[in-house]
Amino acid sequence: MGTMSEEILSRKVGREVRAGEIVIVPVDYVMAHDQTSPLAIESFRKLGKPLFDPQRTIIVFDHIIPAATVQAATLQRGIRSWMAEEQVGNFLQDGICHQVLVERGFVTPGAVIVGADSHSCTYGALGAFGTGMGSTDIAVALATGKTWLRVPETVRFELTGEMGEHVYAKDLALAMCGAIGVDGANYQAVEYGGSAVQAMNISQRMTLANMAIEMGGKTGLCEPDDVVDAYLDGRARTPYEPVLPRDPQYSRVIEIDASDLQPMVAMPPDPEHLAPANELGDVAIDQVFVGTCTNGRLDDLEIAARVLRGRTISSNTRMVVTPASRQVLLQAMERGYIQTLVEAGATVTNPGCGPCIGRHQGVLAAGERAITTQNRNFPGRMGDPTAEIYLASPATAAASAVTGYITDPRRLS
Amino acid sequence: MGRIWKVSDNISTDEIIPGRYNVTTDRAQLAQAAFIEYRPDYAPGVRPGDVVVAGRNFGMGSSREHAPIALQASGIQAIVARSFARIFYRNAINIGLPILVCDELHGAIEDGDSLDLDLATGRINLPDGRTFQVEPLPEFVLKIVQAGGIIPFVQAGNL
Repeated sequence: MGTMSEEILSRKVGREVRAGEIVIVPVDYVMAHDQTSPLAIESFRKLGKPLFDPQRTIIVFDHIIPAATVQAATLQRGIRSWMAEEQVGNFLQDGICHQVLVERGFVTPGAVIVGADSHSCTYGALGAFGTGMGSTDIAVALATGKTWLRVPETVRFELTGEMGEHVYAKDLALAMCGAIGVDGANYQAVEYGGSAVQAMNISQRMTLANMAIEMGGKTGLCEPDDVVDAYLDGRARTPYEPVLPRDPQYSRVIEIDASDLQPMVAMPPDPEHLAPANELGDVAIDQVFVGTCTNGRLDDLEIAARVLRGRTISSNTRMVVTPASRQVLLQAMERGYIQTLVEAGATVTNPGCGPCIGRHQGVLAAGERAITTQNRNFPGRMGDPTAEIYLASPATAAASAVTGYITDPRRLS
Repeated sequence: MGRIWKVSDNISTDEIIPGRYNVTTDRAQLAQAAFIEYRPDYAPGVRPGDVVVAGRNFGMGSSREHAPIALQASGIQAIVARSFARIFYRNAINIGLPILVCDELHGAIEDGDSLDLDLATGRINLPDGRTFQVEPLPEFVLKIVQAGGIIPFVQAGNL
């Protein structure tokens, strides 16, 4: 009996657990990437144990690939030699960790996956308890196959109604951050239910779950259904059993009618400061970015390409597009989206995290302003701390690239 | 007595240490980058025994352990906040950086004030005689702290 988190953790622990308890949980997979592995490896070596299971260990290079500096290259060389020593079973370097873990079928309903990246909550899109941790926590999981968790209370969003023209999962995700604030789900899990979620594909559900951490959430869970089963058919690495809430008690239930929503923008300094795109006035933009674990998938690139087809990017701005994975890039090439984006004037980069974390491929100068499809707009995230970061959907970002200032995509057509 | 470095609500890990300073695991280098853009006066001015006093949701955002390591390596004895973001909380406990929750302290002090902190009792004394009590840690978390962090905790056969 309980929320999805309580149900999943009860199965893993082998007894009924309730919110508030601290439990020791076996994990299905442990993930770290090129930025968090070096500290995890240091802690792992201090523990002096072998990997609990090389086949359940996943290392992804996505944050600074190809290496942009000697320092980054040196850290990556160190990770490669550690992987060889420990015979790590899964090394992936063809996209953002969260995207490739889903694409490769590691993520299944009911699984517990810990990642050394805060957006590991994204796995909840498929009904897996995914949660982000620091490097030392991950080292412990690598060595023991276990982690400790406080069973979280749950904030439940009931999302109903149909989204209107040029309103997307991202607008809904931002609206939720606005509704409860950046710590509204701190120490808690988030669940997304209702007809608006049932109508979403996996990519859109990943956009929602990805931003659970922007409300402080430990994980962000959608109920597994036939959409998940169809996606995992022939893809899932292990058999799974869907876990659903059973007579749950939520700490809070928030209803949002998606048909009331407009294209939204989060303003600096964090994702809870919102305004409808069409109420912002003339906000000139220096850089537009479409990509990330939030919105760098095939349908996101399709939306951006549709807005940009037959148009060119304003000469007052610049645009970077970073596909979330090699698979996304290949499919976007096949369907002509990359052609359209490049013709419009966008710079298309290799798959990965791109400029989201301010290390390469589009760093912002002092006083510059960007609109981006990523999940965070904290000061200093993309470069100089005085640069301003606005968050939006791929449609709003692409429309802003056309005009050079923040633009409601409905205004273009 | 430690000097208070007062910071506001919702300080993100990007403000504690921006991502582009995370390309090292060297503690001294990380310490130099602590609050480098948010409070450029911090790294040159911080002294052993100082205390960061924060508002709500300190350490929100990324899971980078570089953030608590940078603050720990800068020499502070503890962080006292109205609340901590979850991943930062775990990271600090894991590496043995004392983090304490006290709702009232933040509003009662100014940046640059001093305080006396007794980590064993969780008692905070201000020079003017006012005292505050931090919230006790959950029992399991306290055991990790008492072990000196999660690595010695696991090495002792726990988990």
